[in-house]
Amino acid sequence: MRDVAVVGFAQSEHSFSDLGWTEADLVMPVVNEVLETTGLKRSEIGFTCSGSNDYLVGTPFSFVAALDTIGAWPPIAESHVEQDAAWALYEAWVRIQHGDIDTALVYGFGKGTVGDHVGISSLGYDPYYLAPLVPGHVAMAGLQARALKDAGFDVDPDPTAPPATDGAAAVILAAGDVARRVRARPAWITGIDHRIEPHSVGARDLTRSDSARQAAERAGVGSGSGAVDFAELHTRFDHEEVLLRRELGLDEKTVVNASGGPRKADPIMATGLIRIGEAAARIHDGSAGRTVAHATAGPCLQHNLVCVLDSEGQD
Amino acid sequence: MTTQASSASQTSDERVLHVLEFPGGYTRSTGPVIGRFLTGLRSGRIYGVRTPDGKVLIPPTEYDPVTAAALGAADEDWVEVGPAGTVTSWTWVDEPRGDHPLDRPFAWALIRPDGADTALLHVVDSGSKAAMATGMRVHATWRAERTGSVKDIAAFAPGEGPAEVPVLAGEAELEPVSVVTLPHRLEYRLRGGTVWNHFIDGMAVGQIRGTRCAACGKVYVPPRGACPADGLPATEWVDLPDTGVLTTFAVNNVPAAGAPEVPFISGYVLLDGADIAMLVLVSDVPWQDVRIGMRVRAVWVPEAERTRSVKNLKWFAPSGEPDVPYERFEEYV
Repeated sequence: MRDVAVVGFAQSEHSFSDLGWTEADLVMPVVNEVLETTGLKRSEIGFTCSGSNDYLVGTPFSFVAALDTIGAWPPIAESHVEQDAAWALYEAWVRIQHGDIDTALVYGFGKGTVGDHVGISSLGYDPYYLAPLVPGHVAMAGLQARALKDAGFDVDPDPTAPPATDGAAAVILAAGDVARRVRARPAWITGIDHRIEPHSVGARDLTRSDSARQAAERAGVGSGSGAVDFAELHTRFDHEEVLLRRELGLDEKTVVNASGGPRKADPIMATGLIRIGEAAARIHDGSAGRTVAHATAGPCLQHNLVCVLDSEGQD
Repeated sequence: MTTQASSASQTSDERVLHVLEFPGGYTRSTGPVIGRFLTGLRSGRIYGVRTPDGKVLIPPTEYDPVTAAALGAADEDWVEVGPAGTVTSWTWVDEPRGDHPLDRPFAWALIRPDGADTALLHVVDSGSKAAMATGMRVHATWRAERTGSVKDIAAFAPGEGPAEVPVLAGEAELEPVSVVTLPHRLEYRLRGGTVWNHFIDGMAVGQIRGTRCAACGKVYVPPRGACPADGLPATEWVDLPDTGVLTTFAVNNVPAAGAPEVPFISGYVLLDGADIAMLVLVSDVPWQDVRIGMRVRAVWVPEAERTRSVKNLKWFAPSGEPDVPYERFEEYV
């Protein structure tokens, strides 16, 4: 494995009302900022990967418009995931492991203020058993909150959704010496893993999250040299923190979502990437030695990604 | 994602209603396992599928989520469950949407039918939140008209039953369910911001506006906020003439929303002074006479009929000027 670090992170000043921002308006400021903070030129980026979702604005191939902001001519090496950009970061990390490139730009953006989230999330569910009923993300979360409440956890069984948000975020990954050159204190990715469970929420024990636990174990949350100072968790609903703390093995000493977390701003498709960026920023600024970031997708924490960041590389 | 039909209209607060919809819905094949389950619902019966270790999954899946074993191939793997069951979790809805299964307050619930090991998501018509409890007993109530859909179960109602299933006329002649369609409609409220507002203001007076990149000087139309070559802001405004050259085109024989009658011609026009070709309609010319390199000019709706819309620009028509040699625009093809 190559040592790869988060060396730059930028996020937009998120908006809770529609300001008419286009994809380029959302993405360009954060891409320019993250390049500026690392001193890297667009031409020095080896790979670019983004995360977004066309249903959010109802525009086919909306990620293509965002490519205007990264200087896609002459042609660049680029990819896109139709999900949270935390998974774009995972793809970029894998791409750097190939060994032939040293840097990657990852960004995600979401315009949550213009659409119908219950309708949009329902179209993301299976089209035979769930989507025809239009349950939506809040009701799905409600089923999990109730299950946790019934199991004795101190949670609100009637969850509320986070505020609809427009925003974007960008991260730069760099390997080895490049990371050390562009960032005095790189946030080394010492473990990253993601696991998924059955889509059907009725086939799962909603009081547990096996996928989050497995991802955390394989990313090495509990096996590192030091304690986890800060964790950034992709908790769009309050009860999810209770569950994730347990599955990730975080004790009361770990500060969760010091940034305010997704409950404060939830630019969907960037929200998970922001968790990794915030966890890395704590290492960049010297306030933490070891942090954990988490991203999730699917109903009731179906798919979970865990990333462990450390001020010390593995070499 | 593709849009089959989309419409836009101005709302009172300057936002535009954008509707994304497939009027008939997506059509999907069900495969043998889901199809068998839905065929059962049409008959008023709930079937689960048995896994090799003896668990009964509801709703059935094609593969065991734990071992990935293929499921449901043999008749004996299918088990009728319910129609009564137990609520394993629930959440209350005070204000139903128009596309919800019930038009009055209800609970979403995970319901484990008797004989099953997993739970089905559906609605419970309990009348009040206070009547809901985890562990409560409910039973399926059925629609009179059933089509092979998860919505053939009208709702679950509190108690054990009776589970009366209205007779479905002509059921004996029906083929097993193999296809489902899911209506698809989403509404958006969009505000035209940044470059779009200035562009549309130009359209209102019959002026095509583009933006120029300060770094490389390229002019983009329709305008964009960023230069795709440099990734830098392209914010200098340029008023463009409504004449240009057709760089490529297609003759369309399939009707399209907003287009003239078939055959119609869509094409890319490189406006004079622009550095990117714009996708437009071409008309007022027999389709056999359209050619690459043809000089064209915009045809606008009469001034009195103009609105703040790109529809002011009806299409492009031949200007009558001599054709442009390919070498003069090949960079833009």
